[in-house]
Amino acid sequence: MIANYGYEDGSGHYYIRIDTSKCADCKDKGCISACPETLFATELDDFDDEVVLIREDARNTLQNSCSQCKASGEIELCTKACTADAIGFSW
Amino acid sequence: MVETEKKVDYWRWTESNWKNPEIPDWHGSLITAGVDIGSTSTQAVILADGVPYAYSNMRTGSNSPDSAIGAINWAMKDTGLTLEDLTYTIGTGYGRVNVPFSNKTVTEITCHARGANYIYGPTVRTILDMGGQDCKAIHCDEKGTVTSFMMNDKCAAGTGRGMEVIANLLAVRVEDIGDMSFQIDEEPAPVSSTCVIFAKSEATKLMRSGWTKEKVLAAYCHAMALRVVRLLERNGMELDFAITGGIAKNIGVTRRIESLMNIKALSPTMDTQIAGALGAALIGKELVEKKRAKENQ
Repeated sequence: MIANYGYEDGSGHYYIRIDTSKCADCKDKGCISACPETLFATELDDFDDEVVLIREDARNTLQNSCSQCKASGEIELCTKACTADAIGFSW
Repeated sequence: MVETEKKVDYWRWTESNWKNPEIPDWHGSLITAGVDIGSTSTQAVILADGVPYAYSNMRTGSNSPDSAIGAINWAMKDTGLTLEDLTYTIGTGYGRVNVPFSNKTVTEITCHARGANYIYGPTVRTILDMGGQDCKAIHCDEKGTVTSFMMNDKCAAGTGRGMEVIANLLAVRVEDIGDMSFQIDEEPAPVSSTCVIFAKSEATKLMRSGWTKEKVLAAYCHAMALRVVRLLERNGMELDFAITGGIAKNIGVTRRIESLMNIKALSPTMDTQIAGALGAALIGKELVEKKRAKENQ
């Protein structure tokens, strides 16, 4: 499943896309420890697979939370750490 | 003596319950229930051997467990059922962990897709769920399994709460907004679609400048439609397309979505607000059947 967490407001659209079918098979889940803002967490999905998601209380502040990674101009730390290539950004 | 004006709550939509007239006395082997506690409304659906038997649709109160109990009791009214008769119950929605009698919780995204698959048939691929305080674009396969989703709950624009705000502002019953928004000579430009508060203040200005209520409602519905069309476009559109949730009953928004996207949404065969609870009850039935099949092996 492709899960898009985030929002759109007057300043733009800020979604993090997670392909949960890829991260269900990922043992490492490096994104969780790589994110300095601890945006990522795991949960058992409706099919009892352990998948990664964006914490509910962080979903509407992604523009601010990801600003440091984005400002560096390099690949985001979570994307770099994701060996399953399951994470993408809309902005 | 001071006289006080009687206040009318224009936002109050009609609560309802239903019992399948074709099943007067049910004596089946499996009763499953789904309870969807949303931010604004709560629904309970009861299935008898997989067939919709009864449901209720009511406003969510300040206490989610009470709302769940109220909804299931109202659905069970006149059925002769009690909570003990429910084989399996699934809680879903924003308040899903607060259904005291549930056996399992399932996310509302999964349940809405499953419910829409039942209501609209297996050809539905894109579902727009316009809830009380959020809006979701969901893709699913022919079995109603979610393949992708995108939601926006940053603002009430494009949600049921946004409609309630304009209903109160213009003193129009929320259920009349759709029809009234077409009683215009020409479609006006939309008000702000990024924020309900901006949209409300624009609507107030337009009323002061002499616009009719109908014209303001058209501009407002147009803005709400634009808001959700952006969400649909971002997540991608695959036909067939269906709309669930309370706003699916508001033709002022749904017809404008169809017009903006140049597509026709499928016509519902049941109350669009019960899709989540219906999906939960269907998933409950499948889980029980799987368990029974395993036990019989």
